[in-house]
Amino acid sequence: MDKVLGVKNLSKVYGPGCASCFELTGPEHDTNICPNCRSVVAAHDVSFDLYKGEILGIMGESGSGKSTAVKCLYFDHEPSSGRATFFDEGRQYDLFNLNAAQQRRLANHRFGMVYQNPHLGLNFDITAGGNIAERLLMSEVDNFSEIRGRATSLLSRTEVLPERMDELPKNFSGGMQQRVQIAKALVTNPPLLFLDEVTTGLDLSVQAAILDLIMEIQQEKDTAMIVVTHDLGVIRLLAGRTMVMKYGRVIESGLTDQILEDPQHAYTQRLVASAL
Amino acid sequence: MNEIPILRVEGYSKHFELHEQGKIIPSSCDVNLNVYSGRLTALIGPTGAGKSTVLKGIYRTYLSTSGRLLYRTVSGHEVDLAQADEHSILELRRTEIGFVTQFLHALPRQATEDVVAQPLFQKGMGRSEARDIAHKMLAAMNLPERLWGISPATFSGGEKQRVNLARGLVSHPRLLLLDEPTASLDPKTTERVVRLIEDLKNDGVAMLAIFLHPDLVERMADDVVELEPPLSIEKVLKEIA
Repeated sequence: MDKVLGVKNLSKVYGPGCASCFELTGPEHDTNICPNCRSVVAAHDVSFDLYKGEILGIMGESGSGKSTAVKCLYFDHEPSSGRATFFDEGRQYDLFNLNAAQQRRLANHRFGMVYQNPHLGLNFDITAGGNIAERLLMSEVDNFSEIRGRATSLLSRTEVLPERMDELPKNFSGGMQQRVQIAKALVTNPPLLFLDEVTTGLDLSVQAAILDLIMEIQQEKDTAMIVVTHDLGVIRLLAGRTMVMKYGRVIESGLTDQILEDPQHAYTQRLVASAL
Repeated sequence: MNEIPILRVEGYSKHFELHEQGKIIPSSCDVNLNVYSGRLTALIGPTGAGKSTVLKGIYRTYLSTSGRLLYRTVSGHEVDLAQADEHSILELRRTEIGFVTQFLHALPRQATEDVVAQPLFQKGMGRSEARDIAHKMLAAMNLPERLWGISPATFSGGEKQRVNLARGLVSHPRLLLLDEPTASLDPKTTERVVRLIEDLKNDGVAMLAIFLHPDLVERMADDVVELEPPLSIEKVLKEIA
């Protein structure tokens, strides 16, 4: 099996940080705020491997650090320490030691990101088709009809009517905006896709359709994905393996059915028991 | 018998630790058994003796408390399923080890033929080829063709169970774990399932099964392993102390 991503000891601290930050925070202290220097330990010591075609779930309540981990990997945030290696077409990239231009290139060409908030993933000043074209232009595709053709086929694949591609994203419903975001993320055929609470806040029927779409894409393209969610149903449906985070730490990880049926940590047991 | 077992369970025990309630629930206790290719090993014992827990431990839905679950892969390597890394387990589930439970877990919007073909999709088989095989399996299970295109959500218990069996058998695993596969079937369908299981056995599939009815155990099992009810909590606590 091909490894796509290896993450080792990833940490992110907001604030000055001090020597006792990591000792005095975490699930056993019931906080991620260092009592000594008031820094927020958003994520600490996160390590995992991700293989081709695999969906890894990261589960936890808000503030657990699950989004932070993913945003560091997509270069939205700079990690405080740790290493991440991306394996792509026979090459290895030491993600946190790349310069800004190299990071942008990977984010635009080889990674895809879908945010909970479509305002983060889409440019609301340009049309749906324009959003997709923008990403292709950044990937050095500059033939107008090719761009238009790929935007059309991606939008139909994500079930956005192609005749609406010249409309602004603000005219779309929330579910539709997520579909445009997914189309935009997929247009460069990235081997690695990050999904950050993509169905949170959507109607159930819209959630189901988006999740089905994600599963189909994973099966069609063998894309490796990291799915961040607080929703046990999303984890059950999509993820083969799951990590559970609390106060910035990974408290438990394993096969998804094992995490849900035989959770080891008190917090995970409570979380699973509170499923609807 | 001088044949090498495909699975050796040695001293397997499992208890659940419920943190919130501060309780330890003992389940399987010191289970020892062998499973062979082309043979069916039946697990028997009273309710609560941890029969299903053994199957879930082998499939790694449950983590083991102690013991070894030594599985011999198609390439001849021995893997301790209790210790193997998650990716190896996922790969074995995809290619070698199948599990048919009493309950069908399927999306309420997925057509029955796709529910059954799912393990083949995951192996990378093309949609139409996978569906053809799924159709054959559904026909063998005597599930009316008019039901193939709709979701099993509204099916009767027996129909759901046939779908579940079809899905478990379709990918032709080397080791098949069966948890009361005929529990809610009428006698005629039970006969069909029994014949299918016999066919699989003749094809060399190794099976570890729990059957509700003693007469099925009598008919189907080549080896029988009886589990004892678990020790009292106090005794478990003493053992792990």
